[in-house]
Amino acid sequence: MALKLADYKTEVHNDWCPGCGDFGIVNALQMALAEMGIERDKATIFSGIGCSGKTSHFINTYGIHTLHGRVLTFAQGGKLANPEMTVIAVGGDGDGLGIGAGHFVAAGRRNIDMTYIIFDNGVYGLTKGQASPTLKLGEKTKSLPSPNTNFNVNPIGLAVASGFTFVARGYSYDVRHLKDLIIKAVKHKGLSFLDVLQPCPTYNDINTRDWYAGVDLAQESMERHSRIYKLEDIHFDPIVHYDDETEVNEKLSQALIKSLEWDRKIPIGVFYQNEIVSQYSTRLTDRIPNYLENPPAKQKISENGLPVTDVSEILDSLRI
Amino acid sequence: MNSVDFTWLIGGPQGSGVDSGANVFSKVCAQMGYQIFGKREFYSNIKGDHSYFVVRASDKKIHSNVNDITLMASFDAETIFRHFNEVSKDGGIIYDSDLDKITTDEVHTLDTYFKERLHKDLESKNKPFTIAGVLEIAKEKGVNLYPVSFREILSNLAEETDNPKLRGLVRMFNVIAVSLSLGLIKMPLDPLLDSIDSIFSKKLQIAEINKQAADYAYNFAKSKFANFQYSLTGIAKQPNTILVQGYYGTSIGKMVSGCRFQSYYPITPASDESVYLESHELLEIQNDRPGSTIVIQTEDEISAMGMMIGASLTGTRASTSTSGPGFALMSEALGWAGINEVPIVITLYQRSGPSTGLPTRHGQDDLLFAVHAGHGDFPKIVYASGDIEESFYDTGRCFNYADVYQIPVIHMMDKFLSSSVVTCKKFDSQKVSIDRGLLLDKIEGEYKRFAFTEDGISPRSRLGLDNGVFWNTGDESDEFGHITEDPQIRIKMMDKRMSRLDLVIRKIPQEEQVVSFGVSDITIISWGSTKGPIIDAISMLKNEGIEIGFLQIKLIHPFPSDYIKSLLKNTKTIIDVEANHSAQLGKIFKQNISREIDYFILKYTGRGMTSTEIFDSLKKIVENKANKREILSHGA
Repeated sequence: MALKLADYKTEVHNDWCPGCGDFGIVNALQMALAEMGIERDKATIFSGIGCSGKTSHFINTYGIHTLHGRVLTFAQGGKLANPEMTVIAVGGDGDGLGIGAGHFVAAGRRNIDMTYIIFDNGVYGLTKGQASPTLKLGEKTKSLPSPNTNFNVNPIGLAVASGFTFVARGYSYDVRHLKDLIIKAVKHKGLSFLDVLQPCPTYNDINTRDWYAGVDLAQESMERHSRIYKLEDIHFDPIVHYDDETEVNEKLSQALIKSLEWDRKIPIGVFYQNEIVSQYSTRLTDRIPNYLENPPAKQKISENGLPVTDVSEILDSLRI
Repeated sequence: MNSVDFTWLIGGPQGSGVDSGANVFSKVCAQMGYQIFGKREFYSNIKGDHSYFVVRASDKKIHSNVNDITLMASFDAETIFRHFNEVSKDGGIIYDSDLDKITTDEVHTLDTYFKERLHKDLESKNKPFTIAGVLEIAKEKGVNLYPVSFREILSNLAEETDNPKLRGLVRMFNVIAVSLSLGLIKMPLDPLLDSIDSIFSKKLQIAEINKQAADYAYNFAKSKFANFQYSLTGIAKQPNTILVQGYYGTSIGKMVSGCRFQSYYPITPASDESVYLESHELLEIQNDRPGSTIVIQTEDEISAMGMMIGASLTGTRASTSTSGPGFALMSEALGWAGINEVPIVITLYQRSGPSTGLPTRHGQDDLLFAVHAGHGDFPKIVYASGDIEESFYDTGRCFNYADVYQIPVIHMMDKFLSSSVVTCKKFDSQKVSIDRGLLLDKIEGEYKRFAFTEDGISPRSRLGLDNGVFWNTGDESDEFGHITEDPQIRIKMMDKRMSRLDLVIRKIPQEEQVVSFGVSDITIISWGSTKGPIIDAISMLKNEGIEIGFLQIKLIHPFPSDYIKSLLKNTKTIIDVEANHSAQLGKIFKQNISREIDYFILKYTGRGMTSTEIFDSLKKIVENKANKREILSHGA
């Protein structure tokens, strides 16, 4: 029986603030899962800590709500042990780019076939609005006692530099577009990263829904126009088409340059995609030919309570 | 026939082949039927600092090193300065005669503190601060000196073989020192040559040159030096014996127990295990396609812990191996595994703390830390192995405990064990059982991961299993695994998890909890790698007619209080032996049993205990001459 959108929803009460951008992301995730027809028991949502961390409880697949900053470590371990499973990791920008930044970079280097979505709102919501790594230097959101003293992390730039092979940005109030991006990210062969701009209506009074919609700009020019625009609308080609250093460098550079746009024009869509870089599973199968057919989670380790691993060759070599 | 108990020391700068020299010596002795106990000591340094290896060979089963060195093989000055005092009075020192005039100040790696002590000693004996000076002291004590010009050996060899390149091959000093030793004690030559062949099996030319040098040095010592009273000519081999490095027990144990995922971050002395697992990643499986262990070097220990938990959630037996500093980073996620009832095994190869401490030295400093690691109340098992052979079987037990009780298990090992080389009975896989507990293969109907059950253990699904969808969270959760802050559910969930500590004590067989080597008026309690030196010290005392009991406590958390109490009910004097400052087992003992420890034998120099030092302290205790805390300090 084909699965419906409703099948991916749980009955868990959602306690996010009214108007929270997270709702759009969870809806887009459920829609993407339904559209791809991924069986509920063949997908795991791993989540970090904070408001976004609760996401896994709202989606009716396997759901592992982990620790602050560590979501990628749990997710990669799960995927490596059971590579057949669809793995999506989610977390906040503080989670992934502050406390978890080391894991973010290391995950890029591995290129394991899974998806990481950052709910990017510039604040630590659940601890009452402290500055998070994507808040711009000098900005003062409403519960900060003084303006932010740190320069912001550029999530797209960091992902591209770390080796993520699919890098995109979505906007939580454009749910259909976000759903399409999620599908592309999940289908990508390798590690995909989605930076989702997600206004926090309670603590971020700067990057609000109206701000993204360009309401302030409209007042200046008497004409309303959104800050957000889509890369596909300007025919931006993010894909590395062939295995050539010049091609790769060009695509990396244009992604990085695009990632620096902010303030008046904020691009969403796919910044970079490279399926030529080997996935981690390929690197493993080079050494362990049957890794994908017989991964750790599938291996037979005992029969009638006795081990079946034959170490006699090793023991014979140690024999006196 | 006289019994053989021979202790050999080889030393030299790190990187000069001390280890491979010792491995050749150990292998030859083992080939000739002797039981081996060897231990490596080294600085936190890549090249140049002093490292040494003590190999004890005996015709009886031995479990430790002793203080006295029978024969010291040196090819540098530092080894002589540091160890000349340890050679027994009828023992011998093989040394490079070209070093005679070297002064202590010329050896830059001799640290000030050691030099000060040595100078004081030399001054008091009116000797110069030179190699000749310290050797005079040895000679006066009765030690036989065997001067050899290592360079002359090389140049003679170069001439004899018409290969001038050999003249400068100082890299072979280690092989020459080993060969001189074996010639001196009249070991047959063939096992030496075989052993060189097997070490250099992939570099035939190098093997050939080394064998020429070995042959030459061996015959040189055999013909030149005749007055050494020790000879090891070989005895009947014990059947089914293997010669193993310290970390082989847990490594091979993991393969056999079905551990198929290991994530780790490099740290001494734990990473040898992971590297060994990776180099044996392809596994042969009876009546099935080949298996494999996925070994992942992570960006830090936090990631190693997260990945292991993620892998375990798929139903894979997963583990990590680390040491104190790494384990400290893992403790947050340990609590996550605890609240989510995830079976994991952490092999904790302890070293000396606190902080970086003595990073390449031994210590049993982390027992209390392991027991208390992680914030909040959650159940875990802390289980300690006493020797390498045991660690193979214990690894299997740890995985079973983890699966059956759905609980994190910390397997306590240490540097003493990891850098030992011993002969032992071949590991027997058929004595390992695999019990996955309530791990499910099939699920029908509604599933609740944390369903309340009579014994607190719920059937376990795994990520990817049909109809087995569940949730985990580091928050308190309901039976499905969804967050709850309900006070009544909280009570039930806490009780459910914590009740398994009682279950562990009730269900794990008592002989797996505590091993009794006899109980008497005076009984030792201890844990971990002190087992070997304690057993040997007790048997030395037995030879003098003194009976001392010994309880090796393996299950340390939860603590088997009632069982230990009953074992000790007739014991009057309890002695706690541990390689740490605060007597950590003693603290746990007192807390649980409300009984005072009468004496402590402690060592925290970073060097492992010898049976000699334990014997000496025990004797003092028996003779009522001991301090409450006997502090040991042997070893350079």
